[in-house]
Amino acid sequence: MSLQEYKDILHNGLWKQNPGIVQLLGLCPLLAVSSTVVNGVSLGLATAVVMALSGASIAPIRNYVPNEIRIPVFILIIAVLVTVVQYLMNAYMYGLYVVLGIFIPLIVTNCIVLARVEAFASKNAPLPSALDGFAMGLGLTAVLGVLGAMREIIGKGTLFSGIDLALGDMAQGWVLHIIPDYKGFLIAILPPGAFIGLGLLIAGKNWLNLRAEAKRKTTAPSSDSAAVTA
Amino acid sequence: MKRIARASLQSAANLVFFAVIATAVLASTFFLTRDEIVKSEQAEKLKLITQIVPPALFDNDIIQDTISIPADPLLGTEDITTAYRARLKGEPSAVVLEAIAPDGYSGKIWLILAVKSTGELAGVRVVAHKETPGLGDYIELPKSPWIKGFDGKSRAAYKEADWKVKKDGGQFEYMAGATITPRAIVKAVNKALIYFAENRDILFKANTPQKEKKK
Repeated sequence: MSLQEYKDILHNGLWKQNPGIVQLLGLCPLLAVSSTVVNGVSLGLATAVVMALSGASIAPIRNYVPNEIRIPVFILIIAVLVTVVQYLMNAYMYGLYVVLGIFIPLIVTNCIVLARVEAFASKNAPLPSALDGFAMGLGLTAVLGVLGAMREIIGKGTLFSGIDLALGDMAQGWVLHIIPDYKGFLIAILPPGAFIGLGLLIAGKNWLNLRAEAKRKTTAPSSDSAAVTA
Repeated sequence: MKRIARASLQSAANLVFFAVIATAVLASTFFLTRDEIVKSEQAEKLKLITQIVPPALFDNDIIQDTISIPADPLLGTEDITTAYRARLKGEPSAVVLEAIAPDGYSGKIWLILAVKSTGELAGVRVVAHKETPGLGDYIELPKSPWIKGFDGKSRAAYKEADWKVKKDGGQFEYMAGATITPRAIVKAVNKALIYFAENRDILFKANTPQKEKKK
């Protein structure tokens, strides 16, 4: 596989086919845990690890799993990986484990994981599959992080609250109080805030796409081939 | 017919093969992380307990010195819970109880409370709740010091009528707009203190048999 193809995989996961704001897969954790940056990014990274591992472990056996039973086998493998991640977090990141709670086991049911395994890892070699899973996971993490930041600043006036749960006691002083003496804006923290925030993010991405499209048309009005290589 | 049977057997064998591998991976992770998980859970518990039982009050291994107490309407519990006993030089000094306030604004509020042997509250903390964020969640310590208002209170110093929020003629503070939450907690704490008074001797009874069982 060429370098360009790896680049494409990354670009797809992070931007063009972003699971959070383009494919809109895996919305349950997206909306539920994105109340703060730390929660969102933590669950996003856990999902990215699971996706990379599931891509890496399913791609090598893709030719040995009979087609008819591939879905149960995939689910089984994903469930095992999630449970392993859950055990590890429970053992070594207890505070975060308590905060993320039910959403860690729910990574199993996050359709983005199965979707990438089915659409990519079952047809490609291990390395690109792992990269695809990880890139998709990072794309999701980025959306969770941005959405978490928006909701946290508007809802609580802080950034990185709870970071000590993820990084230990030394991070206790890292919480930024963006707006001092902020009374809070409840709706941003509650589920409707997540929907509104996600809507704004999707709108923002579409706007950027349209603008890029328009720019391409004005700078290269006649030559289509130039636009493709750019 | 024979072909169908063979195909299903083959698929089943395939699934069994993957299930065996999966189980092996899970079992080994479980055994590798088990000790660490128990350790962090106990550390978390101890952190919570030492918040409400001043370390000066005990010198025993409070996590190990436990007693199981059956569900009791005074505690609001529906299951067996664990009480932790604090002892100083072998003498009982305080007990940590779990209690549930059933009538919060959005359901149950889980509490732990430490009662000194004198019947005085050493401290109360909310362990879990579903009260409205930003409104009823001032019962959490990071959000507001309200819950510390219970420190040092006892049923000896406060009459029955005092165990209410100020709005209802009692002695406890509340925040305007969210009265149901503190009302539920004050009621639950009062009832837990009644439970303590009624069961004091059982709660502090040394349970030597359980200690012997310890590996």
